[in-house]
Amino acid sequence: MPELVEVRTEGMVLNMGPQHPSTHGVLRLLLRLDGEVIKSCTPVIGYLHRGMEKLAEHRTYVQYPAIIDRFEYLTAMFTGVLYAMCAERIAGIEVPPRAIWMRTLMLELNRIASHLFWLGTYLLDLGANGLLFYAMRDRELILNLFEEVCGARLLYSYACVGGVRFDNPPSFERHVREFLKIFLDRIRDYESIVTENPVFLERVQEVGCYSPELALQYAVSGPPLRSTGIRKDLRKDQPYLAYDQVDFAVPIGTKGDTLDRYLLRMAEMRESLKIVEQCLDRLPDGNIRVKLPNVVKIPAGEAYLALESPRGEVGAYMVANGTDKCYRLKLRCPSFNHVQFLPVILLGERISDVMAIFGSLDVILPEVDR
Amino acid sequence: MNLLQSLLNLPEPLMGAIGALLITLGMLPVAAMLVLWERIFLGKLTQRPGPNRVGPRGLLQTIADALKLLTKEDFTPKDADRILFFLAPLIFIVPSFLVFAVVPFGHFGGTHGPVLIADLRTGIFFMVAVFSLHTVGILMAGWASNNKYSLLGGIRGVAQAISYELPLIFSFLGILILSGSMSTVDIIKAQGGGLHNWFFLAQPVAFLVYLACSVAEVNRVPFDIPEAESELVSGFNTEYSGMRFAMFFLAEYVSLFATAAIATIVFLGGWLAPFPEPAVITGSTLGYFFWSAGWFLLKVFTLVTLAMWVRGTLPRLRADQLMDFAWKFLVPVVLVNLFVTGLLALWGRWAVAGGLWLALLLWALYGQSRAAKAERRQVVY
Repeated sequence: MPELVEVRTEGMVLNMGPQHPSTHGVLRLLLRLDGEVIKSCTPVIGYLHRGMEKLAEHRTYVQYPAIIDRFEYLTAMFTGVLYAMCAERIAGIEVPPRAIWMRTLMLELNRIASHLFWLGTYLLDLGANGLLFYAMRDRELILNLFEEVCGARLLYSYACVGGVRFDNPPSFERHVREFLKIFLDRIRDYESIVTENPVFLERVQEVGCYSPELALQYAVSGPPLRSTGIRKDLRKDQPYLAYDQVDFAVPIGTKGDTLDRYLLRMAEMRESLKIVEQCLDRLPDGNIRVKLPNVVKIPAGEAYLALESPRGEVGAYMVANGTDKCYRLKLRCPSFNHVQFLPVILLGERISDVMAIFGSLDVILPEVDR
Repeated sequence: MNLLQSLLNLPEPLMGAIGALLITLGMLPVAAMLVLWERIFLGKLTQRPGPNRVGPRGLLQTIADALKLLTKEDFTPKDADRILFFLAPLIFIVPSFLVFAVVPFGHFGGTHGPVLIADLRTGIFFMVAVFSLHTVGILMAGWASNNKYSLLGGIRGVAQAISYELPLIFSFLGILILSGSMSTVDIIKAQGGGLHNWFFLAQPVAFLVYLACSVAEVNRVPFDIPEAESELVSGFNTEYSGMRFAMFFLAEYVSLFATAAIATIVFLGGWLAPFPEPAVITGSTLGYFFWSAGWFLLKVFTLVTLAMWVRGTLPRLRADQLMDFAWKFLVPVVLVNLFVTGLLALWGRWAVAGGLWLALLLWALYGQSRAAKAERRQVVY
């Protein structure tokens, strides 16, 4: 009888990143592969560490908003507003209603811009080059609106302690309304190109499923959590700014797969359009910020506030000590939790799906590394 | 070539060498033009201007790119298998050109014969056989690069080639029954007399299957998993730079042209016009040459543009979905197609075509009804 020879096979370790076309920045994934199937995954982060939290301790309340925009450059409005709101909460500053509505308006515009960027790059991850340019074209419309108000297209320094820095130019409202009209058509275009595309559906259906319990265990938030069917949205649950006065719905998914996360973001863009329209209709007149001394000093105290950013729950914990700089600032970003969630959901998937799943979480690395 | 041979009266090997030289020199500008056309076309498709800086309206862009690649460092990674690394691009590029040995670009009219280097009796088979040599180049490049992405890309390339060559060859078999010959010239002649005789009407299923397989064969979206830029960082050619990368790049576009040329010959009547050709044109040697070559190139470019359009629209399939598509769908479909063609060949070509179109129609209706039944997923408010 011939002797059985045992053939020893071993897994391959693949170092995906930090320089890789679709790790959305500089994430490194240590993948252990068996053929194309992933046996284990270890995310390595920190390539983009800039010490944002430490910098907050050395910059005044007037200086730091320019830096916190870099925390997450696709949704710079959110972190700016968050920082200002924390300081206002500690000092008990009442923000004028016009500033509140304008902040709400800007946040929702920024949410659409961020989702558009995600849509383009996500399809790029799946191998479709075409749609990126269409998504960028429409994001450009929003950036033009931002430029009109703040003079900046990416890092706005828009919110400041006590209100917002810039008032709307007279043409702003007309331009926003034009955008709303154009963009509703464009969303329909996207849905006809992408949602009904059989190859796209093949790639995203039943891919990257996880249960709501698992998502909660890993503190997943935003669309990745809502895709599992949990209706958790800070805009509804603990309303801030003017969100308790506007009418909008929070869509949720049914299966928690990649397709749900895509559909959800498309639906959220439609909801954001509704909010923007209501903000425009109800934008009150008046001051855009309260009068504060040139050197803003925040009395001793602490506050934690969280906003619903396009990626999930972005929070800031601020400790003030009565000087013009905060004593400690801790930022909580959704992407960090989503990255730590990766090893769990990537297990047993194929290497082609790494990008399909990772992309669907909409992780952005500067936020993770701070 | 027959005409040239009668004019020059040179021994056959020398004529072959001249033909090879003409093809090589001729395909270089064609490939350069295809690259430029793809960039312009994709540019228009995605709301961009496309190349418009180098030369008048950007026409010299590809030449500038080629010069850049030529002057770049020829880099070999550490611990790479130097011999294989050197050979891979060569093995990849040669088959692309070799295919054109049996491609008739046109006709000299009358008894002068087609514009062709060699009218092999196994023409179509020669093409497919030579074409599959690409895979060796892909695997060699993937293995020799000493890079894990390249290795994965190379293995994927082989898996894909094995899966897709089968339906590709099978899609030709129905044609062979109809034309009774494997020679490219005979296949085209069997389609003479106008549009209604072209084989894509008689063999619609085979035509569609061939189009899908040919895209897979040249590794383009949605079947570009051996390269898969966003997953494998260009896959098998990750480590290649400069001239060697240029060879891969060139070969890809020449292959694209070659697959479109094969489709034109087998399904779209090669150099023939879609209507009966007037005697005035067929009579003049030079006139008919330009006429026939014009029709041939027009058809090829239409197919090439179709492939570019697909690239601009569709995402990439996953490797296992790709295999499923080939083995569980394309292979059974071509086998049924072959069986039906064989049965119906007894009752003449029109019966064949009618039966197949009917089948295609029924199948499309079935797909439609299934798609209508399948509920489209929506979010819950």
